[in-house]
Amino acid sequence: MRHPEIKLEREGRKGPPLQSEVLNLTEGHAAAVAEQFDDAEQQHDASNLGMWVFLATEIMFFGGLFAGYTVYRNLYLPGFVAGSHLLEVKFGAANTGILILSSLTMALAVHAAQLGQRKALIIFLLCTMALGLAFIGIKLTFEWRHDYLEHLVPGIDFAPEGATLAVIQRFHAPLPHVALFMVFYFVMTGVHALHMVIGLGILTVLLIMAWRGRFSAERFNPVEMSGLYWHFVDIVWIFLFPLLYLIGGRY
Amino acid sequence: MHGHIVAKSVYFLVFFTLLALTALTTAIAFVDLGAMNTVAALAIAVTKATLVVLFFMHVKYSPGLTRIVVVAGFFWLAILLALTLSDFFTRSWTPIPSGWQSSISQYKP
Repeated sequence: MRHPEIKLEREGRKGPPLQSEVLNLTEGHAAAVAEQFDDAEQQHDASNLGMWVFLATEIMFFGGLFAGYTVYRNLYLPGFVAGSHLLEVKFGAANTGILILSSLTMALAVHAAQLGQRKALIIFLLCTMALGLAFIGIKLTFEWRHDYLEHLVPGIDFAPEGATLAVIQRFHAPLPHVALFMVFYFVMTGVHALHMVIGLGILTVLLIMAWRGRFSAERFNPVEMSGLYWHFVDIVWIFLFPLLYLIGGRY
Repeated sequence: MHGHIVAKSVYFLVFFTLLALTALTTAIAFVDLGAMNTVAALAIAVTKATLVVLFFMHVKYSPGLTRIVVVAGFFWLAILLALTLSDFFTRSWTPIPSGWQSSISQYKP
């Protein structure tokens, strides 16, 4: 919503807005609106748009990996089905639940920020960070570490044996094709986890800012835009979970 | 005050729907539906992603310009997937000239 009375005030005068105008624009919070914007709403829409343009590049970044995965899965189906059976559905499903819950707490953090509730904002930011750490913890200790001990890391140690090798042989899958699945698995979950770590860094900054009382009902754009990033990382996992863990014929 | 403030109940409703869909997609994976397993898994994933984008990411309440950018982002992804797959999935449709058979055989799975 524009403020027509402000525009009238500015007519016939060039240069930066007078302090009185800035104060008028944001109803007493001069620092909330940068000078290139007409009002808080325009600034909010501009931030939102910019963040989504960035997220569009992220869609293409992960999209390339998903396209490659689809092509090779169709070329080397037995290898990818066997590879999928080497992953534990329970950890993937648990991590999906954790990430969805973290998206809820992030949405509630944005909600608290919009209402200027500092304490609730800090609590929900902490919840989101704890859930993000839990996700990475499960990934590291129960999945990647397990894969390493099972000799399933191409390029470092890929020599499946015992029960793992039996699974691969059950699907008559050539080892190099299973190795290719594991490459996709580690690159996709690895890049996703890297985004989670970056997200945790952003949340840490938000937490410090919230602690210092930098956010209010008039100034919460950083919280909302970081929320968009966090939800996007959640969406990537929403696709990774079925593609890596589920569609390999679990029955 | 700016930006739409979504009621907390909406967030909780979306959250429980997402959890239910996660349980559903996991359960379906253990039932043999043939090719429909992949279709069901992807359909549920797209539904979940749509819920996150619309409600958690506030796109339902965003201005038209933002919505166009969001749709364009996913549309570009669709172009990437459609053109890539239309290449790979139709390669076997046309016969390979007999003189080339030996030179390309090593690239075939």
